[in-house]
Amino acid sequence: MSERRLRLGSGVGAAIRRHGEETYPHECCGALVGSPGHVTVAVSLPNTTEEGPRRRFLVRPSDYRLAEQRASELGGDLLGFYHSHPDHPARPSQFDLDHAWPTFAYVIVAVATGTAQDMTVWYLKEDRANFEEGELNGDENPDSDAPAALHG
Amino acid sequence: MATKILIPTPLRPYTDKKDAIEAEGATVGELLADLTKKHGGLKAHLYNEQGKLRSFVNVYVNEEDIRYLQKEQTPVSPGDTVSIIPSVAGGAPTTEDLRGVRLQADRELPQLTNDEIKRYSRHLIMPEVGMDGQRRLKAGKVLCIGAGGLGSPAAMYLAAAGVGTIGLVDFDIVDFSNLQRQIIHGTPDVGRTKLDSAKDRLHALNPHIDIQTYETALSSENALKLFEPYDVILDGTDNFPTRYLTNDACVLLGKPNAYGSIFRFEGQASVFATKGGPCYRCLYPEPPPPGLVPSCAEGGVLGVLPGVIGVIQATEAIKLVTGIGEPLIGRFLIYDALKMRFRELKLQKDPDCPVCGTHPTVTKLIDYEQFCGIHPAAPETTSVNTRGNATEITSVELKQRLDKGDKLTLVDVREPNEYQINRLPGTVLIPLGDIPRRYNELDSTDEIVVHCKMGGRSAKAADFLRSVGFRRVLNLKGGILDWIDKVDPSQPKY
Repeated sequence: MSERRLRLGSGVGAAIRRHGEETYPHECCGALVGSPGHVTVAVSLPNTTEEGPRRRFLVRPSDYRLAEQRASELGGDLLGFYHSHPDHPARPSQFDLDHAWPTFAYVIVAVATGTAQDMTVWYLKEDRANFEEGELNGDENPDSDAPAALHG
Repeated sequence: MATKILIPTPLRPYTDKKDAIEAEGATVGELLADLTKKHGGLKAHLYNEQGKLRSFVNVYVNEEDIRYLQKEQTPVSPGDTVSIIPSVAGGAPTTEDLRGVRLQADRELPQLTNDEIKRYSRHLIMPEVGMDGQRRLKAGKVLCIGAGGLGSPAAMYLAAAGVGTIGLVDFDIVDFSNLQRQIIHGTPDVGRTKLDSAKDRLHALNPHIDIQTYETALSSENALKLFEPYDVILDGTDNFPTRYLTNDACVLLGKPNAYGSIFRFEGQASVFATKGGPCYRCLYPEPPPPGLVPSCAEGGVLGVLPGVIGVIQATEAIKLVTGIGEPLIGRFLIYDALKMRFRELKLQKDPDCPVCGTHPTVTKLIDYEQFCGIHPAAPETTSVNTRGNATEITSVELKQRLDKGDKLTLVDVREPNEYQINRLPGTVLIPLGDIPRRYNELDSTDEIVVHCKMGGRSAKAADFLRSVGFRRVLNLKGGILDWIDKVDPSQPKY
């Protein structure tokens, strides 16, 4: 387990789960804003992928700029992004790895048949070879360690 | 001549936390080259291994994306503002309808070695499988129940495909009569255990995988423990008690069952016991009466048939592990080799199913021999019926009585093609199906010994003859195979 920790402020975990359930069976995405290691706001963003939103998400450059802008308005930093994995475990894919940015926290929420399940956080390793899982705190969902149901 | 480059948050650790850097250059390409010269840590994140800008790195000159200008040749002049803006992208492995099983392995999938990448290249170049799918296969664990007709081709293709752990449950010895279809075994393997033979063959196919062998009969006592570490169970059994046992254990553990069965020229396949999907008992809540459905040993099987069905099972197991495609859930596939036709029956989960329904009555494994009406074999003595008359005779007793000159009518109830292979001396051939029509060719006062290959069909013939008034009918226990083993080894076995 990594030394890296991410604490979700009050209501943030619930907002991410809700977003994932709303967009199911498509992936949702959004930005994480706060002070280092502590998310105070989850900013939901549109999924603009053209490759099929069931399996992909894309935050376009204009929304990325919006997220940075929002972070500075709130007097915080852009800490990373979250997205959902509909009917798939909350662990990063090769595609996630190929598109990952360093230092960002990547929060993934698994959404099985419309219900949010596991939530995890991942950081790109410096050599880009892999992710390492961080410790996610402050996620209020008591079921977050329950095994995700994967079949539709 | 310096131009300002705005640095996005995730790259600031590489620019001493500065959000803007001044760099020199006449084009965007030169500017970025100067930037990465000054801040080397940026390079890996901006450029890919081929030295091209990564696709999710956007560069804007003032407010314009360089993709719509002259790309990296876009000219810049002092006073311009160049921004590096991330596209943030990601997602789950690509398939429209992913229903992969949750793998037992840890969240971090194993990496592939260079040897493995070469070996699996035909998988890797398909985006549906790709690195993610192949790593899932490597993490995947499939348990094959039986290393026989279905288990042979299934295990071989699973091994070749790179399923990281393959378990085999079997307790049989390789026999010449297996080789017509059980292609995992070869002629030099006759007499070895099927597990040893299969393990050697699978390792020769693919040394990168782990083969676990369990030399045991699957039972209610060991099934849950055996299944527990596996992601998918592949049912290659040849009998009803083990089939119900496998099904029920899969339902109780929530593990998908890649099911297949074969008989003569026809095969069946489905995927049972997935979450929300039907199980074998939704289709067949109760087993058929014992003896009604002959086994392959009695009825025969086209050698290539288990190849087709076993490979369908392996296909489904691979799809479940990688999470690609549409699994054979809620669909029952029937294959007729003679007509060369596939049919598909829709299968619904039965809410009243005794094991996977809403109020299951089977909540733990039961005695499946008893459930299927099969009673433990009687000790080696002659069976008697309720009136105290013998109903069975052993081959040794039969030989003694024939040698004594006792007048016995021997009736072979097998098929003519079986009769051509081997026979008892002086026997009358009346196939089981013809008995109701031809029994009056026999004298009901004679003492009659019926036999078949192993004793199953002749037991039914004996029951029938008694039901129509024959009083002295004996079934040859173990059939002609036992006769050959104990009395006349000169005859061929099949």
